[in-house]
Amino acid sequence: MTLMVHRSAPAVVVRDLHARRGKQPVLHGLSLTVPRGLVVGLIGPSGCGKTTLMRSIVGVQVVQSGAVTVLGRAAGTASLRGRVGYVTQDASVYDDLTVRQNLQYFAAVLGASRDDIDRVIDATDLAPNAGQLAGSLSGGQRSRVSLAGALLGSPELLVLDEPTVGLDPVLRVELWALFHRLADSGTSLLVSSHVMDEASRCDRLLLMRQGEVLADDTPDGLLSATGTPDVEAAFLALISAHPSSDPAGREAGDS
Amino acid sequence: MNPRRTLATAGRVLTQIRHDPRTIVLLLVVPSLLIGLVAWIFSDTPVFDTVGPAMIALFPFIVMFLVTSITTLRERRTGTLERLLSMPLGKGDFILGYTLAFGLLAVLQSAAAVGYAVWVCGLTITGSIWLLLAVAVADAVLGTALGLLASAFARTEFQVVQFMPALVFPQILLGGIFLPRDQLPDALRAFSDWLPLSHAIDALQAVASDSQDAAYVGGKLLIIGAWIVGAVVLGSITLRRRTP
Ligand SMILES: Nc1ncnc2c1ncn2[C@@H]1O[C@H](COP(=O)(O)OP(=O)(O)OP(=O)(O)O)[C@@H](O)[C@H]1O
Ligand SMILES: [Mg+2]
Repeated sequence: MTLMVHRSAPAVVVRDLHARRGKQPVLHGLSLTVPRGLVVGLIGPSGCGKTTLMRSIVGVQVVQSGAVTVLGRAAGTASLRGRVGYVTQDASVYDDLTVRQNLQYFAAVLGASRDDIDRVIDATDLAPNAGQLAGSLSGGQRSRVSLAGALLGSPELLVLDEPTVGLDPVLRVELWALFHRLADSGTSLLVSSHVMDEASRCDRLLLMRQGEVLADDTPDGLLSATGTPDVEAAFLALISAHPSSDPAGREAGDS
Repeated sequence: MNPRRTLATAGRVLTQIRHDPRTIVLLLVVPSLLIGLVAWIFSDTPVFDTVGPAMIALFPFIVMFLVTSITTLRERRTGTLERLLSMPLGKGDFILGYTLAFGLLAVLQSAAAVGYAVWVCGLTITGSIWLLLAVAVADAVLGTALGLLASAFARTEFQVVQFMPALVFPQILLGGIFLPRDQLPDALRAFSDWLPLSHAIDALQAVASDSQDAAYVGGKLLIIGAWIVGAVVLGSITLRRRTP
């Protein structure tokens, strides 16, 4: 992380973040940086705290201590709410509204234009379903409506929690191409994923385990540092290099 | 708070309900049918003329409380609330948007309930029917406002069902339906003075029998209005952007 030099201030800086999800300590002094204008992948096993971290970044998570700075301001600041787009892990859309009505409402809240609604419908390939009730869509279609809502108003930072789950390979490739187009036009993206082959499509990777960042590197840098052929092998190598600090081995009171 | 976002929220809630025929029936038809049932039970007695006004307060109040709290809780469970709270929507925009949408439905519902009670069930109204309608609307909006408050506190649909006994049942028991409020034991009588439904029932009975002047009914309307404003404000404050 210390090697990263960027001309503009980072999109997200997290310093020594401690957070509990429910009653359970999840993030134990986590620090990371998301540079601007890149697609940064957040990879890690189920339950390691990816969603908790993303909730902290968009300002809907109660945090115990630490600093989360987003686009130069404290996370959750009112002025950030229109500048950060968030896709929750489970599609958050109104099932009893059509695709277009969902987007019309989100656009009204964001102050986005009518043209913008058509733009995000096209970007997520939802034109054939625009008049359909969201509750009658397939899982992948619903999650694309959720994604489309976050694209409205062209936010400077997109926080996407597993946006490609349940999508076929063609659509997945299309969406990753869209993410890179957005990054090229200056948007910063933080995208979580379980799918290791998606990791290689990211500009940078954050590997997480048990509420801590194990590695922060480019995919190529990660492979050469670990001497492994793919991200999955690199991840496994990193895990065996860093002895587990599972809750059983953690001292009582240490969070 | 921002009028555009408040109105967009109200419009969105109404569009959702338009797509849900069962909720429309529950809101608009069920209170009238229940009033009809009470009228039928007492059809060979003069009782309906005494309890009828209270029924106009009771059923719309309960139905609005239930529908409002369940609709907003569904919003919490499906993650749309989390999404909205990460967007530039004020907490007040959210609560007030819901109040406006359900307030509009309350007007329709109360008109149906009052019309059905008076013209179909033969409830005798000596006072002004418009004043009766105004109190009925305020009472239904009160149900909505308390439902919003309950769901701002509750975390699950089940908890709303748990709030029913706490928030709604005492108001029904002490509202003067079972025993006129002035015959209640002193302590209960004093307590019932603090419950908004008591005032709604008082006002409806006063209009029905034309036993009090307009100032009395206006005073009762003010009390109900204060409860509505209080519940909406408290609900907006209780709603948290950040959750654990
Ligand atoms: N709603 C919740 N209430 C209480 N605890 C929760 C809740 N959601 C998650 N947790 C707990 O917090 C921990 C971290 O969860 P989190 O959702 O951040 O993980 P994640 O990395 O996003 O996992 P996944 O890849 O499965 O989505 C988990 O161990 C889980 O048990
Ligand atoms: Mg998750």
